[in-house]
Amino acid sequence: MTRRGRINLLGVVLLLLLAWLIVYPLLLVLVEGFRGPQGWTLDFVRQFLRHRNEGQALWGSLWISLASVVLAAAIGVPLAFLFGRYEFPGRRILGWLVALPAVLPPLVGVIAFLFLYGESGFVSLLLQRLLGLDQAPWELEGAGAILLVHAYSMYVYFYLFTRAGLASLDASVLEAAASLGAGRWRTLRRVVLPLLYPALGGAALLTFMTSLASFSAPYIFGGGFRVMTTQIVATRLNGDDQLAMIETVSLTLVALIALWLLRGTRPFDNAAGGRKGMAPVRVRVQSRNVRLVLGVLGWGLAVLLLLPHLTLVLVSFVPLGTWTTEPLPPAYTWRNYLTLVEDPVRARPLLNSLWLAIASTVAAVAIAFAAGVLTVRRRVRGRGTIEALLALPWAVPGTVFAIALATAFSIRSPLAGRFVLIGTLWILPLAYLVRNLPITSRAILAGFRQLDPSLDEAAATLGAGRWRTLRRVTLPLLRPAIVAGASLAFVTAFGDFVTSIVLYTYDTRPISLEILSSLRQSDVGVAAAYGVVLMAVSAVVFALGADRGSGG
Amino acid sequence: MTFLRLEGLTKRFDATLAVDGLSLSIERGEMLALLGPSGSGKTTTLRLLAGFEVPDQGRVLVEGEDVTRVDPVGRRFGMVFQHYALFPHLDVGENVAFGLESLGVSGEQLERRVARALTLVDLAGYERRRIGQLSGGQQQRIALARALAPEPRVLLLDEPLSNLDPSLRERTRREIRELIRRVGITTVLVTHEQDEAFDLGDRVAVLRGGRLEQVGTPEDLYASPANEFVAEFVGRSSGIEVVVLGSGEHGVRVRVEDVEWDLTEVNPARPGPALMVVRPEALRLMPPAPGAVTGTVTERRFTGAASLFTVVTEGGVSIEVTGPPRSVRAGEKVSIMPSRRAGGGIHLFPRAGE
Repeated sequence: MTRRGRINLLGVVLLLLLAWLIVYPLLLVLVEGFRGPQGWTLDFVRQFLRHRNEGQALWGSLWISLASVVLAAAIGVPLAFLFGRYEFPGRRILGWLVALPAVLPPLVGVIAFLFLYGESGFVSLLLQRLLGLDQAPWELEGAGAILLVHAYSMYVYFYLFTRAGLASLDASVLEAAASLGAGRWRTLRRVVLPLLYPALGGAALLTFMTSLASFSAPYIFGGGFRVMTTQIVATRLNGDDQLAMIETVSLTLVALIALWLLRGTRPFDNAAGGRKGMAPVRVRVQSRNVRLVLGVLGWGLAVLLLLPHLTLVLVSFVPLGTWTTEPLPPAYTWRNYLTLVEDPVRARPLLNSLWLAIASTVAAVAIAFAAGVLTVRRRVRGRGTIEALLALPWAVPGTVFAIALATAFSIRSPLAGRFVLIGTLWILPLAYLVRNLPITSRAILAGFRQLDPSLDEAAATLGAGRWRTLRRVTLPLLRPAIVAGASLAFVTAFGDFVTSIVLYTYDTRPISLEILSSLRQSDVGVAAAYGVVLMAVSAVVFALGADRGSGG
Repeated sequence: MTFLRLEGLTKRFDATLAVDGLSLSIERGEMLALLGPSGSGKTTTLRLLAGFEVPDQGRVLVEGEDVTRVDPVGRRFGMVFQHYALFPHLDVGENVAFGLESLGVSGEQLERRVARALTLVDLAGYERRRIGQLSGGQQQRIALARALAPEPRVLLLDEPLSNLDPSLRERTRREIRELIRRVGITTVLVTHEQDEAFDLGDRVAVLRGGRLEQVGTPEDLYASPANEFVAEFVGRSSGIEVVVLGSGEHGVRVRVEDVEWDLTEVNPARPGPALMVVRPEALRLMPPAPGAVTGTVTERRFTGAASLFTVVTEGGVSIEVTGPPRSVRAGEKVSIMPSRRAGGGIHLFPRAGE
């Protein structure tokens, strides 16, 4: 076989591996949703259509996601303009603080909101006292609560994308508009906004997909309000596996339709946006009063955004059972943190999450690296399909993948490529791996695309063989991309809740599930301590990734 | 003695024949320039020489040894890439040491040879500089030093000057030529700029559509181009349709737009339609005269000692002519005559089939 033939064969192997991991489980779900004991059937579809609950859940998912997009845009875009276009005291540090919700893993953010605005949260109790009410001024439940959490955690997408878009504007374009007599509003409407459309579209798509897949907020705050992700898990817990599959198919369809409608946007490319020409200079706010107002509003906002993080830290020092109705906890202790390390039962989830995240990250990096070599460098046949497969899990909600993997790997049938992995150590790392392939491979493939192929050729003419070239040239140059891809994958896997809740076993229970069970036992201190650990690890790994990723 | 030999090299990419039966012989220590427009196969030829591509047919021989299927790692050909391909994460010294380490050179000897290579390109003491701190010209010299340090058998240069400012090119060209002469290494370079090829190449091979059109010294190519492609591609010239009427002791008589010219220093050509390729300096301008080729000056470009005039004749042909700087202005009528000392500046290529 020729060298070219061997490389194409490796491409086929990778393609098959990805198809087996990603497409096959989804297809099995589709097939099994239409198969009963007596062969093919539409019974479950009928069941799905008959229940009012199902329609409500699907509709709930859809409108919550649309509303989340609107809310996130309404917060994120003006903030981006404020921090991107104007200069005022404290702009730098505030601009950085505004991105902070990004370091809260979804479940951790949700419990922080619970401690803050829940029935016995700080803010609720404080208002209750101040206003002399008999009960909390509101109930943190239903669609409103979900939207609150979504708006808090997802405006960051609009904020970051719009800022990147603004930063990549060419100042001379704005000057050209001014010289053609366009006023400030006309310039905004006719020049700036149209140029921001790709960034805004990307942020909208990302927000929509994230909230469609959102599980933690509806699960904790939903109450009687149904969305599809929680509905799927509930149905499955009831044992109606096949109805759960039809639900899964319906949610996947919504996700794919959204992706198709917004197919022109490239959610991740804009954030990195290359720049031509000079970026517009920030406008210095001159009026003292406006500066004062901006400063107060800015710092007020920062406090509001930081409250969840601070709350989590505060609660993590509360001893078990000491805090009931006081607005602030009466006692503090290190005990909760010590428990996490000393108590083998408590320490287990930490270790689990650690090794699960590391294993899935290593595997994701290895696959992404192989994909980079084969698609970007060797340009194998079917490279377009390989890249599409790598991106696919991004469009599919985590719950869907969890159900799909649970379906595919609950039967032993080696000839059909199915093994019993459910209930073993391997199902969770596999699920994390599949979920992380899009972000990891995106970063690493981008790294490969930036590598000048003549560097490899130069190494060859200098007598360096394949391994020496890899070790001395390719890997060192790809390091930023690998670190960035790996840190994103690690953080996501370390805090995962959506797939874990479907697939975990007692022995592999990750931190997120331990947080949940601590909450159920009203052991808020330990739950918060886990949350702080997750938050801190996420922040450190992100900072590391951003630092290395930017070329250090 | 032939040192490097290309025998009937052919390379096809899908539907296109990039290199088509190319044969060339290069002497030890010679500098050969591959010159051609884009798509002429010159870059593919260089990549076949480097071993990045394997030819569909033909062989590459170095001192009689067939290296056609030896991969670039084992071929020991040095190469300077168009964009230099310096390793950005390694410093200057590590870049230059890279090829030496492949040969197993280490320790004090490695340092000595790196220093020697840097001295050769006039950048002694630059070992610990970062690549990003160097100017374009310095990067190019480092790329040369890196390619030369392991003492390769052949040096390959891909468009060596295309990445430099025009103001730097001429000086760099002189430096490269001087350096390669000093090292005495057999060199093949690729360029689409005729000046570069003529200045650097001992011989120049003109390629078109993957085929070799002509190979020879710059003087040969200029004075006796093998066909109209070479004549028009090499140096400035104008193409004029003429009819060859016959030859005698007065030279070759041709008819140009109803005017008859006797050309003395020209290649013999059989009677019939032909393309006359004329260098601007082989013509001269005169005041408009009846019975001469007449036209209007449309453009005048000052080039120093002389000016280059573009004249559009009454027959609508655009012809370039050299003349004294201020002799005529744009818009004026002039007549054109062959120079008395055409000096091999006029070539006739009979039109086939007529």
